[in-house]
Amino acid sequence: MSAIAPLANLRIWRHRAARAPWLGSTLAALAAFVITIANGQIQGVAGLLAAALSFSALTVLVALGQMLVISTGPGNADLSIPSTIALSSAVSMLVMNGSDAMVLPGLLAATGVGAAVGLSNFGLIRLLRIPPIIATLANSLMVMSVAISFGRGLKIKPPPIFIELVTLRIGGIPLLAMLALVVSLLVWLVVERTAFGRSLCALGQNARAAEFSGVRTVRTSLLAYVICAGLAGLTGALIAGFAGGNSLDQGDEYLLLTIAVVVIGGTSVSGGRPCVPGIWGAALFMFLLVAMLNAAGASAGLRMLLTGAIIISVIALAGAGSDRS
Amino acid sequence: MSTLFALEGRSAGAALRAMLPLLALGGLLAAVFYRQPLAMSYFGLNLLLNLAIPVAFATMAQVVILAVGDLDLSTGTFVSLVATIGATLLPTEPLLGVVALAVLTGVYALAGALVEWRKLPSIVVTLGLSFIWLGCAVLLLPVPGGKAPQWLVAAMNVKTPLAPLPIWVALATAFMGYLLITRSSFGTRIRGLGGHAAALARAGHSLVLLRAQAYALAGFFGVIAGLLLVGQATSADANIASRYTLVSIAAAILGGCEFSGGRVSPAGAVAGALTMTLAASFLTFLNVPPDFQIGVQGAILVLVLGLRAGIDLLEGKP
Repeated sequence: MSAIAPLANLRIWRHRAARAPWLGSTLAALAAFVITIANGQIQGVAGLLAAALSFSALTVLVALGQMLVISTGPGNADLSIPSTIALSSAVSMLVMNGSDAMVLPGLLAATGVGAAVGLSNFGLIRLLRIPPIIATLANSLMVMSVAISFGRGLKIKPPPIFIELVTLRIGGIPLLAMLALVVSLLVWLVVERTAFGRSLCALGQNARAAEFSGVRTVRTSLLAYVICAGLAGLTGALIAGFAGGNSLDQGDEYLLLTIAVVVIGGTSVSGGRPCVPGIWGAALFMFLLVAMLNAAGASAGLRMLLTGAIIISVIALAGAGSDRS
Repeated sequence: MSTLFALEGRSAGAALRAMLPLLALGGLLAAVFYRQPLAMSYFGLNLLLNLAIPVAFATMAQVVILAVGDLDLSTGTFVSLVATIGATLLPTEPLLGVVALAVLTGVYALAGALVEWRKLPSIVVTLGLSFIWLGCAVLLLPVPGGKAPQWLVAAMNVKTPLAPLPIWVALATAFMGYLLITRSSFGTRIRGLGGHAAALARAGHSLVLLRAQAYALAGFFGVIAGLLLVGQATSADANIASRYTLVSIAAAILGGCEFSGGRVSPAGAVAGALTMTLAASFLTFLNVPPDFQIGVQGAILVLVLGLRAGIDLLEGKP
């Protein structure tokens, strides 16, 4: 079996390379990296790489969940991510309360809060038959209210050991990036190798056909939403540790960022075709793009303008092809 | 006999479904009047619904995009950019201002053409657009300020006969949307693009041109929304309308539009826009603590959509 596995893997990789939905974003990230370094106003290659890996790790963790949700079919996206992050970061700081011993319970609580949000998202979609985008939007408003009442004026510093862990670098590689890599591998295995993953793809490609062929569509979709919000919850705690405390707007950028990263990474927006490696390429690309424009001395306005133009160009060049349903 | 009954039941359900946005609006208005009878006056209504005028036009922009089966995540930033142009270029160099607005509408049309031509997901393209709009707005107006042209400010303070301005504008917008999107042949083609694009292509229409036209129309509505907004606010800021993106989507869906494309209701969307705006002021009347106001807005959204699901269920739709 051990002899066959690499062979099978090779075949899969060759097959993937032929389609290679992740290739575009990875090449774009590389180009941005080279240009930034060539501009030379950055604190050297190692520093830039470590910063890129740290920030991308947070993006990747949230985007992996968003990818699962988007893959459940057309019209699926989780818009409640910013609220989930706002709430979970507040809860994690409350639970940890600055004490080293409470780091693990804090992380678990943040993940649990996230999973609960995911459960309520799915409940609204399923019970009230609301389109997912609207259901998660409406739910995000309600979750945000809870987060505001929980988190306003909360000034709890993360425990010292937590700060140390989220900023730790081992051999120049941030611990956060390793965590994100492990989670990515897990998600990749789940998507490619488990019944859930296959069900997810079947559901996203054709919900009716999946239903008829015995896929447990409800459970699959439920899991996708819960995992997505759970990952967002965990990331909320990590962001709070990274930023030295929680604040209500910590998750704001992750709404559009995760959707952009998932789609630029080659995952099909119409569902059924997740692409885990592309997430890394796209997350690095989005960070390096900003770094590149910063290094070139672009003003905030110009930076946003160019970011938008480049996102559209990358998508248009990569040619999402038959992705639109 | 039984088929007749089923038919009757369905049409009653459909009518109820279509009336839901108006019922929600009526219910909310009644609740506001109950809490604050003074609001039931020319002045009170004007104050309550004033903010809904630009929202209604932003919602119409979103309706056009929903009609072709797409979703516009750049509505809010676009309206903000138009407002900043209205507060910077328009009063000082009117010609340049008008040209800029025309160019923006052109860019919208190009984006639509690109979406169709390269078969791109609208969500990502409009996401990219939103960065472009915001970037332009920040370049134009790095700090909040500017000054709206006098004629715009005056227009927004007109004392209309019989009912305050917001009500006339809402009626006019709903009627215009109805004529343009529901009744006209252009509107039919637009909805056809969202409902069954292949059929339109077979009939010899250029899908690229059609989608470009739809996006241009959305841009046009966005321009109106931005100008009216800056007329009200008298000055602008690069993020003045950032929440319009989600509000316009929610209002359109509340008003009976569907994500699947082709099925939109302009009049319902205007009612949805009024409801979303009113929900915010209603909560102030109820003394809901500010912390929970956005939460209750979400709850109202869930409630109305839940009612819609309930009607469907009674009708026996799967």
